[in-house]
Amino acid sequence: MQAIVVDNIVMKYKVKKSVTDALKGISFAVEKGEIFGIIGPDGAGKTSLFRILTTLLLADSGNASVDGFDVIKDYKEIRNRVGYMPGKFSLYQDLTIQENLEFFASLFGTSIEENYDLVKEIYVQIEPFKTRRAGQLSGGMKQKLALCCALIHKPSVLFLDEPTTGVDAVSRKEFWEMLHRLKIQGITILVSTPYMDEAGLCDRVALMQKGTLLSVNTPKGIVGEFNKPLWAIKATEMFRLLNEVKADPSVESCYPFGQLHHVVFKSSSDGKEKLEQIAQKGIFKEVEISSIEPNIEDCFMALMKV
Amino acid sequence: MKQFLIFIKKEWLHIWRDRRTLVILIWMPVIQILLYGFALTNEVKNSKIAIYDQSRDEATTLISNQIAASRYFSLLKNVYSYDDIGATFRQGKIRLAVVFPRNFRYDLLHTNHAQIQLIADASDPNTANMLTNYATSIINDYQATLNRDVAMPYSITTQTRMLYNPELKGAYSFVPGVMALVLMLVCAMMTSIAIVKEKEMGTMEIILVSPMKPFRIIIAKTIPYLFVSMLNIACILLLSVFVLDVPIVGSLWLLIGESILFTVTALSLGILISNGAKTQRTAQFASMMSLFLPTLLFSGFLFPVENMPWPLQVISNVVPAKWYYIIVKNIMIKGLGFSYVWKETLILVGMTVVLLGISIKNFKIRLA
Repeated sequence: MQAIVVDNIVMKYKVKKSVTDALKGISFAVEKGEIFGIIGPDGAGKTSLFRILTTLLLADSGNASVDGFDVIKDYKEIRNRVGYMPGKFSLYQDLTIQENLEFFASLFGTSIEENYDLVKEIYVQIEPFKTRRAGQLSGGMKQKLALCCALIHKPSVLFLDEPTTGVDAVSRKEFWEMLHRLKIQGITILVSTPYMDEAGLCDRVALMQKGTLLSVNTPKGIVGEFNKPLWAIKATEMFRLLNEVKADPSVESCYPFGQLHHVVFKSSSDGKEKLEQIAQKGIFKEVEISSIEPNIEDCFMALMKV
Repeated sequence: MKQFLIFIKKEWLHIWRDRRTLVILIWMPVIQILLYGFALTNEVKNSKIAIYDQSRDEATTLISNQIAASRYFSLLKNVYSYDDIGATFRQGKIRLAVVFPRNFRYDLLHTNHAQIQLIADASDPNTANMLTNYATSIINDYQATLNRDVAMPYSITTQTRMLYNPELKGAYSFVPGVMALVLMLVCAMMTSIAIVKEKEMGTMEIILVSPMKPFRIIIAKTIPYLFVSMLNIACILLLSVFVLDVPIVGSLWLLIGESILFTVTALSLGILISNGAKTQRTAQFASMMSLFLPTLLFSGFLFPVENMPWPLQVISNVVPAKWYYIIVKNIMIKGLGFSYVWKETLILVGMTVVLLGISIKNFKIRLA
């Protein structure tokens, strides 16, 4: 049995008289014990999807089930067994770390002691501050506490909506290490993130854009779908270079990526020579050109164009 | 049950840690009671008066002294002409002037009839009315002592409309009014704000995704406020008995029972408001407009409902505070038993059932 099944979910928001499509018929399935990533920019519809799956919103059409329970009919069952960590920090700011955790444990009819082993590794990091109020914690500590609270009742499926947004790089890394440890415990994890570099840490990812899924695959599979050679170019006047390369009719796409511009040609026969020609024509200095392996973000950019 | 208790504990911590609100919740009724009881009463104490005594005889001196000695009046000065009275009134120094005509005692003794003129500052009609009544009753007292051992009664004309009516004593009507007001504010406004706060802070999102039944969440949230309002009631009653000298004539338990009933009415109103409101500010404003003002205007403790035009009288019937006010007045001030307030109690029960029904039916088990 699959942990999460989403079948042709449509969700519309009515704001005054205009209707916005948040989700335009989305389908995918998540296996048990999988870390499944929903990768997409802000406004892709990630939060709407999470709220439908956690029974907080009703979809306009389509079906979805979590752990075999229908999100509409069996919402009570689902609320019993999932853990949910919303994108916005949603714990009680005026309660201490310990009080928050105790509250959520009791809410699910359990206690901290009973499931301590599950949260232990995360909780020991914030335990020294357990009498501090949640509102006074740093961003990373807040995330750890929120994760503890979502985990304390040993959920079968864990929903994490943008858990690493606004968290520093070190904490992000730690956070993902924790998720992998939870995976070993057999918990299915659905996680959303706007950061492409986190996609590689998931078992499978769905790339999402404006309410549609562009691709669902393993991170390797998604990179494998990228079937054209990818070039990187660097020179002194990067902005002018971007425009010059974009203007060339043989170029399919060119976009800035860190210190470099990534370039894809319409035909695979064009390559280094063509880029050198463009650079020479524009009289650019210190030109460096190299062939590179695509990453998830390149795939996302390519899929967005389609 | 354990869930329910931890929820109440959590809610109590919210209230306890938000010290500023807590202080307001506890002190507001105390201050209101003291304010209404002492400062803002309709009762007039030590009103400044002027006396224009044209006859200056034994009788007028005696009446003047009695008026000046009463706790309602204090003599500002004696004046010697009508112009003088007018000038003193215009300066706003006095609220009442007493004018004795020439030959007051002579007329009284020889024709058995005399007149006293009372001139009151009617810019505040209620006070003016009351002052003239007080003065008249003092004059009547004098007249009564005069007539005690006389065959032919003497009469001093100032019309006697009212001797002292205890129901008009300020604190008597303010205590029940403030009780209604405070319970409305604490229960309805504070609970609606507390519920909406969970929505606004996003915590509603996670507690909904839990085994706790949504409506139980709401009930658990209201219980600490029920406790706070009971505390308020106790404060108000203690103050009114020991500070304002307003006794609880009727049954204390009946009074407490009715207060709990009204609290539940207010709580269900608060839940109803929180169903619709999305932000704390909306909830606050909605409570102010739909609870506070109607309670103030229509419960009858500031403005008599009987004097309102009939459309407003009809509206006043849907204000729960009106019925609670009547109940408290009957039990606490008049000392009447349940047989005299069962109708009002039934109306409150009916309102509570309807309000709770609507709010349970409209309660959202989801976010939107």
